[in-house]
Amino acid sequence: MFKKFSVLLLCLLLIFSCTGCGYQYAELSLEGDYTGLEGTVLNVYNWGEYISEGSDDSIDVNKEFERITGIKVNYTTFDSNEVMYSQLKSGGVSYDIIIPSDYMIERLKNENMLKKIDLSTLSNYHYIDDYYKNLYFDQNNEYSVPYSVGMVGVIYNSSMIKNPEHSWKALWDKKYKDMSLTFSNPRDAFMTAQMILGYDLNSTVKSEWEEAAELLKKQKKYLQSYVMDEIYGKMETGEAAIGPYYAGDFLTMQENNEDLDFFYPKEGTNIFVDSICIPSSCTNYEAAKMYINFLLEPEIALANAEYIGYASPHTAVVENTEYYYYGNEYLYPKEENMPKVQYYHDIDPEIRMLYENLWIDVKLY
Amino acid sequence: MKALQRLYVALILIFLYAPVAVMVMFSFNSAESVWIFEGFSLDWYKSLIFDEAMLTALEHTLIIAVLSALISTVLGTAAAVGINALQNKLAKKAIMTVTNIPMMNADIVTGISLMLLFVFIGKFLGLNESLGFITVLIAHITFNLPYVILSVLPKLKQTDSHLPEAALDLGCTPFKAFFKVVLPSISTGIATGMIMAFTLSLDDFVISYFTCGHYQTLPIVIYNMTKKTVTPDTYALSTIIFVSVFVLLVLYNALQSKTDKRRA
Amino acid sequence: MNKKSFGNRILTSPYIVWSAIFIIVPLIIMVYYALTDANGVFTLSNIAGIGKYKKAFGLSILYAVIATIITLLLAYPMAYFMTKMKISSQRMIMMIVMLPMWMNFLIRTYSWITILANTGIINTFLKSIGLAPLKLINTPGAVILGMVYDFIPYMILPIYSVMSKIDNSLLEASSDLGSNSFSKLRRVILPLSMPGVISGITMVFVPCVSTFYISQKLGGNKTLLIGDAIEYLFNIGPDFYNVASALSLVLMLLILLSLAIMNRFSDDDEGGVII
Repeated sequence: MFKKFSVLLLCLLLIFSCTGCGYQYAELSLEGDYTGLEGTVLNVYNWGEYISEGSDDSIDVNKEFERITGIKVNYTTFDSNEVMYSQLKSGGVSYDIIIPSDYMIERLKNENMLKKIDLSTLSNYHYIDDYYKNLYFDQNNEYSVPYSVGMVGVIYNSSMIKNPEHSWKALWDKKYKDMSLTFSNPRDAFMTAQMILGYDLNSTVKSEWEEAAELLKKQKKYLQSYVMDEIYGKMETGEAAIGPYYAGDFLTMQENNEDLDFFYPKEGTNIFVDSICIPSSCTNYEAAKMYINFLLEPEIALANAEYIGYASPHTAVVENTEYYYYGNEYLYPKEENMPKVQYYHDIDPEIRMLYENLWIDVKLY
Repeated sequence: MKALQRLYVALILIFLYAPVAVMVMFSFNSAESVWIFEGFSLDWYKSLIFDEAMLTALEHTLIIAVLSALISTVLGTAAAVGINALQNKLAKKAIMTVTNIPMMNADIVTGISLMLLFVFIGKFLGLNESLGFITVLIAHITFNLPYVILSVLPKLKQTDSHLPEAALDLGCTPFKAFFKVVLPSISTGIATGMIMAFTLSLDDFVISYFTCGHYQTLPIVIYNMTKKTVTPDTYALSTIIFVSVFVLLVLYNALQSKTDKRRA
Repeated sequence: MNKKSFGNRILTSPYIVWSAIFIIVPLIIMVYYALTDANGVFTLSNIAGIGKYKKAFGLSILYAVIATIITLLLAYPMAYFMTKMKISSQRMIMMIVMLPMWMNFLIRTYSWITILANTGIINTFLKSIGLAPLKLINTPGAVILGMVYDFIPYMILPIYSVMSKIDNSLLEASSDLGSNSFSKLRRVILPLSMPGVISGITMVFVPCVSTFYISQKLGGNKTLLIGDAIEYLFNIGPDFYNVASALSLVLMLLILLSLAIMNRFSDDDEGGVII
């Protein structure tokens, strides 16, 4: 309810400030001449539940973009970086905008599958926090614009589980047999095991991956199911009691079930940056750049940050005291509470083949 | 004994309709959940009108179903007439075997093999994207064709082969002979084939999944939805489809029993 | 060449070209992928690597066989009882059986989650009358139930349509010759309905053995059936197309083999395969 209220309040504030100089869609500083782009189509490929879509009186970002520019947004979603990669690589479909995670950007870049983005032409790029610039996957800020960042933790239902150990081992606890969930995507699933074993998430040592796979096999008999976004329904209804997911999603789930609680495991966790990129198969480059700049508009970025619930790399959002998650302890932990974090990196193809095959072994186990 | 039989039939029907009942019930849920029923509302039917993604997908589905049904009916009927008249037993057998392939093969194999072909052609032609409207249409026509052919062939066999010959002898052009003599006698087979093609196309998920690219049909959108959280507006749409088909079938049935009575 | 056969050639040739390009060629490409590595070099390693998936094949076949048997056991009496009803009720029930087929099977499968879940309709009911909840969802049983549910109309319809055509005079004759209703069923109806049973079995077995959705939703994504494995491999990138094609090829051969076996039981010589 509070969320709804704050959004409403924000809208009112906006309306009043608009009479002065404030935010007006018609005045958006979209660079370039988009009159020639009217009627063209922009193919956007994003994660599921990853853009503000107009529910609860929020902004429908894609509709607004269409309204202002006359460019039609064809919006489709994926549920893992690998599926996105596969679609792109097969050449079956082309996209103009994609929003992959860090390690996948590194891979796409290495395989020449991304177009450079001339950031100097994006008038809103200065809003990006310096902390998220020059990251390992795009050291010169040529290919990507950070969209949203987050860390993985464990969500549990406090009415079903009392004081779980703040460790990944909770997902192996036989007390929670048939009540626990885990990731159905291999990279994240392996992460939970690697953390317990104390191994590097980007290890090049084969035996370490094999050991992690053994651990994942042991987990299987306690699991209720392997999930991605299906975790929403299962945690909110109390169907499952514990499962790992992204901190931002926990906040969204908690809105629907107050019993839900969250912790960052003591072993450390994965941090990710999902950034906006333009794939090399892009056919509407100008519109794509305009779309990126549009996503960086403070109001749009705010709407997205509030809808998605992940931490934002956008300074105008983070510093905005009206922001629903302003200073939120899970999204923006204070330094002393910050878990140990590691990024995923693009892995040597041989290791990638190995872990995909090991994952199939786990699924077949 | 009779009562037990009726009970059994009723039980099977309950089994068939339990999930349908759940779906209809939750389409009227006031909460945004397909798990917990909180109260009655029509909100999801209203919000459906604004769900552009779903409506576009419905439009795509209908376009593909109508086009693929029409094209496969024309192609398939022509093929059936040709196959029926074939004298060469071996050629006939070979054609029929190929015709059976998409029907007996697993959908996933058909879908994947078609996708590999389209991607291959796309790469060969240097296309930026190889999957889309055309490919999903081709795929649907391909899996519809056998059903049309197999619905038309038996009717052709029942038709007296001397009739068209007589028409030809009496001065009809082959074209005219076909439309005046053959077509009326196989029209029920053609209609059955077309309806079957339309239905199969409407409901197809697996083959579309591998061949549709950006041109997403309703089953694809629903599939993507079940990977997240299904909202009751999907159920609302399914309920509407269910009710429309139900009404159509009842009408069709009523019409048929009327004509049956007239005949009797 | 006479005019007539020329006409026939014009009629059939578009179809022959079509089926060559869109049925034969795709299968050839699939075989090509199955027999090459990522660089297009001939290899048998994909085929050899299939051993890894023997559990997926085994489970798929096992589940499909169980589901087909259950479907047959449920559908046969259903079809039989239907034929004993008034013609108008027969037509009505046929319609009711077919109606769910017009609805998206994904949605129908998904609805079962609401019924079977730990917090679902059955368990909520059991709890409300003071009974212990049952573990229904995310089990092999739920997967098989999903298969039976999704494909049972394909079993009922062919059996019913064959049974309803059995000549009544045959049944009367057997009664006249002193058959009781059980031996009538066994000696007359069962043999005569065999073609329907066989086409029902093939129509249910093939989709069951190759499904890739039911286990993901109703089985908690924990059992990897062969369809799931193929879908997964195709989704993680072109690097895995070769292995996935090899699996598809084996799946196809498996289906052809089972159809051939089924065909031995039917003496339908028209067109090779029955549906």
